[in-house]
Amino acid sequence: MASNQIMFILFAAMIIVFSVLTVTSRKILRAAVYLLFVLVSTSGLYFMLNYQFLAAVQITIYAGGIVVLIIFSILLTSHISQKFEFSGWKKNVFSAIAAITGAILSIITILDYKFPATTEAAKEVDMRLIGKSLLSVDYDGYVLPFEVISVLLLAAMVAAIVVAKKSGPAKTQSPTLNQE
Amino acid sequence: MINFSYTIWILLLPFLMFLLLGLAGHKYFPKLSGLIGTGGLAVITVLSYITAFKYFFTSEKVEGAYQKITAFNITWLQLTDKLHIDLGVLLDPISVMMLVMITTVSLMVHIYSLGYMKGEKGFERFFAFLSLFSFSMLGLVLATNIFQMYIFWELVGVSSFLLIGFYYQKPSAVRASKKAFIVTRFADLGFLIGILILSFNTRTFDFITLTDPAGAAIAQGGGIAFMGLSVMTWSMIFVFMGGVGKSAMFPFHIWLPDAMEGPTPVSALIHAATMVVAGVYLVARMFPIYAFSAPAALDVVAYVGAFSSLFAAVIACTQTDIKRVLAYSTMSQIGYMMLALGVSGYGGHAGLGYMASMFHLFTHAMFKALLFLGAGAIIHAVHTNYMTEMGGLRKYLPITHMTFLIACLTIAGIPPLSGFFSKDEILAAAFHNNKLLFAVEYAVAGLTAFYMFRLYFSIFWGKDTHYHHTPHEAPATMTIPLIVLAIGSVFTGLIPFNELVTSDGKVFETELELIVAIPSVLIGLLGIGIAIVMYRKESEIPDKLAATFKYGYKWAYNKFYMDELYFFVTNKIIFRYISEPVAWFDRHIVDGTMNAIASVTQSVSFRIRGFQSGQLQKYAFVFVTGAIMLAILFIYLWK
Amino acid sequence: MNTGIPIQYFLILATIMFFTGVYGFLTRRNLITILMSVELILNSVNINFLAFNRYLYPNKLEGMFFSLFVIAVAAAEAAVAIAIIINIYRRFTTINVEDVNEMKF
Repeated sequence: MASNQIMFILFAAMIIVFSVLTVTSRKILRAAVYLLFVLVSTSGLYFMLNYQFLAAVQITIYAGGIVVLIIFSILLTSHISQKFEFSGWKKNVFSAIAAITGAILSIITILDYKFPATTEAAKEVDMRLIGKSLLSVDYDGYVLPFEVISVLLLAAMVAAIVVAKKSGPAKTQSPTLNQE
Repeated sequence: MINFSYTIWILLLPFLMFLLLGLAGHKYFPKLSGLIGTGGLAVITVLSYITAFKYFFTSEKVEGAYQKITAFNITWLQLTDKLHIDLGVLLDPISVMMLVMITTVSLMVHIYSLGYMKGEKGFERFFAFLSLFSFSMLGLVLATNIFQMYIFWELVGVSSFLLIGFYYQKPSAVRASKKAFIVTRFADLGFLIGILILSFNTRTFDFITLTDPAGAAIAQGGGIAFMGLSVMTWSMIFVFMGGVGKSAMFPFHIWLPDAMEGPTPVSALIHAATMVVAGVYLVARMFPIYAFSAPAALDVVAYVGAFSSLFAAVIACTQTDIKRVLAYSTMSQIGYMMLALGVSGYGGHAGLGYMASMFHLFTHAMFKALLFLGAGAIIHAVHTNYMTEMGGLRKYLPITHMTFLIACLTIAGIPPLSGFFSKDEILAAAFHNNKLLFAVEYAVAGLTAFYMFRLYFSIFWGKDTHYHHTPHEAPATMTIPLIVLAIGSVFTGLIPFNELVTSDGKVFETELELIVAIPSVLIGLLGIGIAIVMYRKESEIPDKLAATFKYGYKWAYNKFYMDELYFFVTNKIIFRYISEPVAWFDRHIVDGTMNAIASVTQSVSFRIRGFQSGQLQKYAFVFVTGAIMLAILFIYLWK
Repeated sequence: MNTGIPIQYFLILATIMFFTGVYGFLTRRNLITILMSVELILNSVNINFLAFNRYLYPNKLEGMFFSLFVIAVAAAEAAVAIAIIINIYRRFTTINVEDVNEMKF
């Protein structure tokens, strides 16, 4: 068995196990940490596929940004050691049935499909190529999505600040109270 | 040709009075409304006399017969090309005679009501309704076609309802007015069926076309037969059913005694002189059809009339409420009129019954109205309706006494008063055509004299009752009509009806037949004599007689239990077995269905509102499941 | 590096991750855990894109850039979602998804 296969199996096992643990863990902070592991394993998978830049981005943004954000919000909004009450089992069973049905359906479809073999040569993806593509206006340039993403991030930032800030003192005051 | 189109005002003027007094009377002229109503009626009385004079004495006669003149006719409803309902004014001998009679009596009643209803709460309402009644009755007699007659027939019923129930806060008055309306309405169902059958077969509503003796309508008579009688006979019997209801013949007579709950002027106008003779008028109007196409129906008319007059006379001998005695007397006299029509033929001397009936109608209006108005004056004086509480009133009410006596003599048939002439003609007609009915009517004549004088003596003679406050004579507005009507009852017997109102419009000769006249006077005097013996002074003979004929007396006193019989049939049979199941069905099944629809809708909506539960994961679950199902559908099942 | 691994393995892995995320989305009661399940789903989609790019179109870059932008969008969305969750927490004092159901009948 070649080494890449072993790596693949390792990463795949980690991903599957930790994602299942994420969605079934009772304690929320542990779920966040399991999510972190999933994301890191995923980036390992990206390394295997020769997408180094993307793997780095994954670690930086997902593991370093989003998971931190999630943990902050957990700490802001609930008690860490709070245990969940057990919700009705009906919901779990039906959801499991739906998910498993969907999974089986997709797997069958994938296995039945004959993926065409390709004979093209692989293109080496390095930073220079990525940088050039992001700013080129050619047929396969990505400057438009790049700009759109920039605007989107700006909007998201503004939105998050506006939605999450506390209402000003004037709103929470009763009308009869007179305060400068 | 004389222009008679002004006669439309005879109809319109009372209607305008009704609108004016009804809408504005209460607010603007409460005290003047009596005078306004009376004034309007005086105008149309004058117009009627002018019309009568012009018609009878100056209009052209064709072949010696009075013509039917259509003075006014407009098409009111045009339903199809050939079917239309008109409204108009028809002048012929009987309608002009009725015109004179109705307006005269109505004018007398109006003047009388100025005094009788003075100070009453609904004074202007009363005069408005009186004007409405006058309008309806005149429209009925002046109708050009049978449908117009039916319309006004119903209007007369409505006016009667409004006037009987005038004291609407009295429960007995309300009951009586409902009873009158329902019974007559039920009879009018027969009338309507008769109209429909008749006009379906003859294709017209118009009287002139229908009753033309040489015309097509009558010739169709014997055509189709149904259960042994021809179609025309059936239709005429049904039409007569309407007349039975309105004229209070047996078996639809039950409303007339109760109708005495209304004020006395109402009883005088409606239930003595005018509305109740509408049935007689109807038969007279349709008489050519009866005589030529439906002689069997004429027999029905005669027997019903005779039976009703005997029935009513027997009951009247036992009643103690003076107005009820007069009501049964009315029923009996109308029975006479119906009988006379029933035994009559058409044309010339055979039409003696027809002429006698119309003659008696005219004189009866005068003396019966006089009797009722006199009774009103008596009630006004002593504040009670019952003759057992009265007596010796001749000392206190002289004018009323005199006029009442004249009226009683008239109804008993004593010559030379008008009642003698008219009743005599009827008896002569019966004698020539049907001896059995003649015998019945002869007996009734004696009974009539007896109970009328029983009434007279109990009120004015009899025992000397002590009254709480001395009865005083009625004011002039009430006594003048009494005097005028008394003069009328004395002298109208001299009017030569055989020249004016006959079955075919032509003059025929009549003479006084002594073979009929003398026995009728004798039995009248016999009746009066018995009444003198029993009632002139206080005596025990009445009570002894009542004790001897115990059951007969009891049955007659309770009006032969007709009301109880009707109650039994309606309450126990119709209400219980027909109305209650229908009501149950309506409540439980019809309403139940509606309620079920509503509650099903509600419960279904309750279930499906879970779709909008607001729960995010439920929405997501439905979404995912739907997507998976669509995927299965499109991948595997879509061929 | 990928000679011995057929593409289906990547795809099946991605599928399992995806449906785990779906199960988590439908089952969990805390709003933040629902958000974490959404991140799982997005990641599985990324793996799918990259696998297709590497195996079927190795000379093109679309898959990679698409994944890049998906990551960026996921970050923005997570930020806004957290802001909303914080707001909900302030209003309802709970972030149990079953208690936040005011937009109903």
